Amino acid sequence: MSVDAATVKRIAKLARIRVEDGELAPLAAELDTILHWVEQLGEVNTASVEPMNSVMPMDLKRRADQVSDGGYPEDVLANAPEQRHGFFVVHKIVE
Amino acid sequence: MTEPAVKYIEGATGPWEIVLGLEVHAQVSSKSKLFSGASTEFGAEPNTQVSLVDAAMPGMLPVINEFCVEQAVRTGLGLKAQINNWSRFDRKNYFYPDLPQGYQISQFQFPIVGEGEVLVDLPGGATRIVRIERLHLEQDAGKCLHDQSPNESLVDLSRSGIALMEIVSKPDMRSAEEAGAYVKKLRTILRYLGTCDGNMEEGSLRADVNVSVRKPGGPLGTRCEIKNVNSVRFIGQAIEYEARRQIDVLESGGTIDQETRLFDSKTGETRTMRSKEDAHDYRYFPDPDLQPLVLDKAYVDAIAAGLPELPDVRRARYINEFGLSPYDASVLVAERETAAFYEAVAKGRDAKLAANWVIVELFGMLNKRGVGIEESPVSAARLGELLDLLADGTLSGRLAKEVFEIMIETGGAPKAIVEERGLVQVTDTGAIEAAVDAVIAANPDKVAEVRSGKDKLLGWFVGQVMKSTGGKANPQVLNDILRKKVMGE
Repeated sequence: MSVDAATVKRIAKLARIRVEDGELAPLAAELDTILHWVEQLGEVNTASVEPMNSVMPMDLKRRADQVSDGGYPEDVLANAPEQRHGFFVVHKIVE
Repeated sequence: MTEPAVKYIEGATGPWEIVLGLEVHAQVSSKSKLFSGASTEFGAEPNTQVSLVDAAMPGMLPVINEFCVEQAVRTGLGLKAQINNWSRFDRKNYFYPDLPQGYQISQFQFPIVGEGEVLVDLPGGATRIVRIERLHLEQDAGKCLHDQSPNESLVDLSRSGIALMEIVSKPDMRSAEEAGAYVKKLRTILRYLGTCDGNMEEGSLRADVNVSVRKPGGPLGTRCEIKNVNSVRFIGQAIEYEARRQIDVLESGGTIDQETRLFDSKTGETRTMRSKEDAHDYRYFPDPDLQPLVLDKAYVDAIAAGLPELPDVRRARYINEFGLSPYDASVLVAERETAAFYEAVAKGRDAKLAANWVIVELFGMLNKRGVGIEESPVSAARLGELLDLLADGTLSGRLAKEVFEIMIETGGAPKAIVEERGLVQVTDTGAIEAAVDAVIAANPDKVAEVRSGKDKLLGWFVGQVMKSTGGKANPQVLNDILRKKVMGE
């Protein structure tokens, strides 16, 4: 797998990370190196190995259906750049 | 089982067929959210039912609600679907102000429920089998208000993190009518199971509708997805509009772009929702915060053992055991509460007569008053007592309706009403004969007319006698006497 500048540009946009045009090619080369390094794992024969979901053998933890949280809108809104009547206020998003 | 008749829409170049698949989002009827302990109650003040998990504060970890898992399995079993003993949660990545995590926890590659089917009964007796592709658990997003300010949107995260079951059908429907009937049937099944309250006004049940058109027998066309339609009526309107739009585009030489569209309930139109440059790329990957969801056979079997009688089985029972028509049976089983009411009325009585009274008289009255069966002023027991008076001849059908009207107003027992108001029907031949004689004596001209061939006038005599007896004459007896006395039969 190899990464080109166009891919970096697209991924950056999807991730909402601003990348200047001049940075695209160097970033592509860096990411390419990382991916190739990871790809070495493909050399190991894992045909008979079950995928591991966790280092420790454990199951998905479950909880009972009880209301045990919430009720602190001031905390939820504490970091909001802007709020009004208990709502977050953001730039108009019109579909 | 009869297949529905093929329905085409006429275009300028000939007939077109609509192909429809639905993704229905059903809110799990849980008290708390899928991965947090915040409440799911409808109508709370903004951002009050939000935990730090739902607000995606750093370091917060999701813990799954076991009740939601159970409801997904129950629903899967109700859809006669494959239950997957191993499923997994994935992150669906996108940015929108109602999604603080920047991703939705959903199930992409390994859903909890696989293929199943829903039988959709259509008017006219045909049945459409709609195959279910899958059902998976996922988080709902928050809610944006766009109309409060000219250049701002307001965000409430109270819905954020509520458990949804996304039920995906195969593209098996062929008309707006079928899609509407499918959603209604799905809603019935969910309400029987108790896994979703099916309240479309409160957003507990919403549908994304995939629409494409094709020439009969031709290859499938490119589909458009209409997002978040929240009533059966709107689903129908959206499909009709969208199918016509696609036909117009294709017939004028254009092509359909695969895109997401929005239905505007004010104009009845659909319009493009997202521009093409933001084409979907959700970059799904397994959520590292959640282990796979593993269910053992005993767990699934125990849920299966606790399933209620489902609407299809109940409908078949009404047809086979009670001798009801398929249509009447469908009407009665559509709501669990209605079916329970009907069964209480029918128990130990004429099941067909009971069905008639529940569907025609009771539903007619409830519709007129705009109330549900839970608020019926006449209880099942009282209606049953009324039918008993009808069966033992105390009341004629006409008097029974009169008593029923009084029961609606007073909520009283039919027997007491009959006694108080003296509404017992007169079957005493002598009394009726006397009334008939009086009418004949007073109207010799009419008698002559009837005898000269105007049989229809006989109805007029019935009316007169009913009037003079206060409607209490037994109609059958009266008819016999009239025929004998007036017509000389």
